[in-house]
Amino acid sequence: MTIEFTLNGRRVTAQADADASLYQVLRALHIASVKCGCETANCGLCTVHMDGRAVLSCSVPAARVQEHDIVTLEGLQEEAKALGGCLADEGAEQCGFCVPGLMMNVLALARENPDATDAEIDAYLAGNLCRCSGYMGQRRGIRRYLDSLKGVRA
Amino acid sequence: MATYQNYVMAQSLEEAYALNQKKSSVIVAGNMWLRMCGLRRQTAIDLSGLGLDRVEETEDAFVIGAMTPLRALETHDALNRETGGAFAAALAPIVGTQLRNTATLGGSVYSRFGFSDVSTLLLALDAAVVLHHRGEVPLAVYQQEPWDRDILTHVRIPKGVRAGIVSVRQSKTDIPTLVCAAAMEPGGVRLVMGARPARAMIAAEGVDPDAPTAVFEEITQRVPLGGNLRASEAYRRKVAPVLLQRAARACVEGNHDD
Ligand SMILES: Cc1cc2nc3c(=O)[nH]c(=O)nc-3n(C[C@H](O)[C@H](O)[C@H](O)COP(=O)(O)OP(=O)(O)OC[C@H]3O[C@@H](n4cnc5c(N)ncnc54)[C@H](O)[C@@H]3O)c2cc1C
Ligand code: FES
Ligand code: FES
Repeated sequence: MTIEFTLNGRRVTAQADADASLYQVLRALHIASVKCGCETANCGLCTVHMDGRAVLSCSVPAARVQEHDIVTLEGLQEEAKALGGCLADEGAEQCGFCVPGLMMNVLALARENPDATDAEIDAYLAGNLCRCSGYMGQRRGIRRYLDSLKGVRA
Repeated sequence: MATYQNYVMAQSLEEAYALNQKKSSVIVAGNMWLRMCGLRRQTAIDLSGLGLDRVEETEDAFVIGAMTPLRALETHDALNRETGGAFAAALAPIVGTQLRNTATLGGSVYSRFGFSDVSTLLLALDAAVVLHHRGEVPLAVYQQEPWDRDILTHVRIPKGVRAGIVSVRQSKTDIPTLVCAAAMEPGGVRLVMGARPARAMIAAEGVDPDAPTAVFEEITQRVPLGGNLRASEAYRRKVAPVLLQRAARACVEGNHDD
């Protein structure tokens, strides 16, 4: 089947099988930031934004994105640079495999609840698994990022 | 992974229902569970274009479309205000925000998973399901029935009922090892136990939320419990009275975040 949607602000057309996931379509379109860890909605690695909400692209049917708006980390480079700097400063990553999915969910949190407490950060990001970092550095990096946005907003 | 030959965006409930009468068809809601259950079907029927993703309010009930994502219920002001925060407490532990942005109420209720936090809370709240062909059925009845080929269109929840829900999990985002809910009714609270590990069931009605622990222990004795990978029957029997009592208290005092 043929699907048309907006990807990072650009109109795209893609071919997909009836049972394809959005993840498969994005990889076929050479979107390299989106990774697949579990393919069973458990790890958060494949997170992208669909109409502004964070979703798991491994489990969203490709057919459902017809005429919808999809954003990946490639479309949020400015925010990614700032957030990536905060995570690096706090030693929040080792292998880095989980980071694109984590960033996409942090950016959704920053939009939805810019004044998030540490407990709210933990709750919002519970679905982003990281097998290396131990999460404390991630939380410090996210805190630093959200605080830096407050500076910008003030 | 699930495989389909055709993917149909249903244009009407009638079309979806007609297509779903074939055994080779399957309804797709959030696709979160379906995707990973390895099903092979000729036709996938997508309900996302039918406007079933809204919470509507009547004078005495919330009428919630089957395609409403769990996250919309978790963050719904009126639902949480009326129930004492029970929706936020029940849904926030389910995996992560992204999953709850797409997993739906209808997919949860139709599936009747034994581990369902959702069904446990809704049963306590005395909810009813609205089915396209059959009409309205009490959840307490639907919950015990086998899967069928009707389409769940809405869930109706009476207004003004406070509820409490408490679970134990092996880790924060795991499915519950045991989940208990309570809801106020005239003359006491209705108590429901889920992840027994079988489907959630009503454990008792009209219970005084301030009753001593012995009352909750006695109720637990009457509920069929079992063992599975997550816990033995003995463990569940030990923990259940505490959870029932905490759920009953949460019903009165409000729910905690975790
Ligand atoms: C990794 C993971 C962990 C989970 N952990 C928990 C947990 O801890 N607690 C909890 O309560 N739940 C949990 N769930 C279940 C989740 O909350 C949803 O209940 C589940 O994903 C089904 O909802 P869905 O919208 O994804 O439905 P789908 O996967 O699309 O469909 C599920 C089934 O319901 C049928 N169906 C869907 N909608 C309708 C309808 N309107 N009418 C008729 N049939 C319909 C489908 O045909 C299918 O058979 C988990 C799910 C996953 C994937
Ligand atoms: S790959 Fe999608 S949640 Fe793990
Ligand atoms: S840094 Fe390796 S998985 Fe997160």
